[in-house]
Amino acid sequence: MNKSRIAVLAMAALATAALAGDKMLITGAGATFPFPLYSKWFSDYNKQHPEVQINYQSIGSGGGIKQITEKTVDFGASDAPMSDEEMAKAPGIQHIPTVLGAVVLVYNVPGLEGLKLTPETVSGIFLGKITRWNDPAVARDNKGARLPDSAIAVAHRSDGSGTTAVFTDYLSKVSPDWKAGPGAGKSVSWPAGLGGKGNEGVTGIVKQTQGAIGYVELAYANQNKLPVAEMRNHDGKFVKPTIETVSAAAEKASLPDDYRVSITDAPGPNAYPISAFTYLLVYQDQPDAAKGEALVRFLWWAVHDGQKLAAPLDYAPLPSTAVHKVEQTLAKLTVQGKRVLAKSQ
Amino acid sequence: MQRASEILAVRKPGRLSRMAAPARGNLPDSVWAALLTVLGLAVFAVAAVIVVELWRLSAPVLARTSLFSFISSSRWDVVRDVYGALPYIYGTLVTSFVALVLALPISVGLALFLTEMSPPRVRSIVSFPIALLAGIPSVVYGLWGLFVLVPLLRTTVEPWLADAFGFLPFFQGPPIGLGYLAAGVILAIMILPTITSLAIEVLRTVPLSLREAALALGATRWEAIRMAVLPYARAGILGATILGLGRALGETMAVTMLIGNSPTISASLFAPGYSLPAVIANEFAEASGQLHTGALAVLGLILFVVTLLLNVAARLLVRLSRRGPARVAA
Repeated sequence: MNKSRIAVLAMAALATAALAGDKMLITGAGATFPFPLYSKWFSDYNKQHPEVQINYQSIGSGGGIKQITEKTVDFGASDAPMSDEEMAKAPGIQHIPTVLGAVVLVYNVPGLEGLKLTPETVSGIFLGKITRWNDPAVARDNKGARLPDSAIAVAHRSDGSGTTAVFTDYLSKVSPDWKAGPGAGKSVSWPAGLGGKGNEGVTGIVKQTQGAIGYVELAYANQNKLPVAEMRNHDGKFVKPTIETVSAAAEKASLPDDYRVSITDAPGPNAYPISAFTYLLVYQDQPDAAKGEALVRFLWWAVHDGQKLAAPLDYAPLPSTAVHKVEQTLAKLTVQGKRVLAKSQ
Repeated sequence: MQRASEILAVRKPGRLSRMAAPARGNLPDSVWAALLTVLGLAVFAVAAVIVVELWRLSAPVLARTSLFSFISSSRWDVVRDVYGALPYIYGTLVTSFVALVLALPISVGLALFLTEMSPPRVRSIVSFPIALLAGIPSVVYGLWGLFVLVPLLRTTVEPWLADAFGFLPFFQGPPIGLGYLAAGVILAIMILPTITSLAIEVLRTVPLSLREAALALGATRWEAIRMAVLPYARAGILGATILGLGRALGETMAVTMLIGNSPTISASLFAPGYSLPAVIANEFAEASGQLHTGALAVLGLILFVVTLLLNVAARLLVRLSRRGPARVAA
């Protein structure tokens, strides 16, 4: 046996050891919005369970749905729930809500703080019907504020995104004109304004243009300290978007078994109206015994211990009512037909 | 003289052996020849695969609407699955045209200065930043555009243009900053190094004897450039321009950051617009549903065909202008 052969054998032995050892690699792909939280989850979980390694590619919700449908990944992730058409292509898929996000309105009007907006005003602005800051509709809810006599520049996302889906879903609920016009979706045909790519693109337009208003994710607005508007919610109260008010939006919502529900314009005095779940997508019955079990146990951890990591990263944790329901769902997940979790874990 | 003969000496046996090898059935040579042939054909195969794949993806859309109505309609509504490409095609053409109008005179002027007039030291100093410009990633151009160019356009350039040329439809409307003009200016800067460096190469091939003859006949330096140098280099400069145009048409990142991403058609360069590569980049990642992906694939196909036609047109033009430098000079 010569030297090079020995080297090859040694390498092969090492490789099999690495593969067959206790390590297990679970892969997932999807939404970019919860990526900062997910990567924290995966690294923390890996520290507690060194045998489980989770690899996640934040390629966008659409890509996540495509990949889990084709079963090229072990789980997908999406901000917007899958459509009926998409569900039909992936029989046995289950949505697991992980945390909540919110869409907030950011604006650039020097000297104006604590802007208050009603659903009618917001839809009017984004429909291009309310075009000036001192419009009576804006002034009515902002008594005492100095509203300039200048044009409103609308900024929206140009790339397809879950953020846009949540925001347009809200507008469709509160405004019949919006529903009949642009409608709801990840990309819509905007009646007014400029498009920016990503949260940073919209922020760029808003920061640079006096009189601009745009929408971004709550986490993004908080981290960049942008002035955000208070929204009038379903109960008629003006609510600031915070972690607590976003969680509150999911409290009173009645959740169906597949969790494909919109919680925009949710009831509750403290509920921020433009909130939404973000989901992990897994198959009800896991084909791979070892991986499937590890994945289910991770999901259990995510909706319990994982929730504590959400707020510091500006994501709103699930309210306890939702956690209870998710527990039931997780208990029903199976690996090759067998349940993994006892009901009272 | 000696160098030339050396080159000839090397070349001749090389030619002979290349022609002789396959006939003799020399195994390594024929394997090598086959390998290179395959690699050469692979280029065509890749292009073919791209076209076929785009065609396959776009089939559901083209089954619903004719290509003509797809191109001529300007409504793009993903929610209702209605797709029309006109604003994107218009935006792509307008921004590329603005870029050419701005970049061409500067590039050719710069190339002329560097080859005909500047001392060699200046040439080497100036050539360096030009090469540097070509190496900057386009997202950096986009960021620079967003934070430097757009505010400048909004506060200074656009109001001035509106004052001076406001009677033209191209310079009307509110100065937003983001729009066709911003995208066109950034494209001009991006294609400047491409056109300039190629134009320099072309101008260097102009025989010295042409310049000397013109000067000997009493021409001034400008006349020599205009009557002897430029006509000779015309075809090459046209080629350089087409290559620059190709880059402008396909540029994605910088354009989508600056064009305003609004699928509308406006005569004014101040208005926000949209371009073909920008909408593909923006919407493809989250496109779900066959029709949306399909519509984006059709846009890709259009971009592909436009680039192809442009290249063909460029080659024809180059061939035409090659025929008659004398006629042009006269």
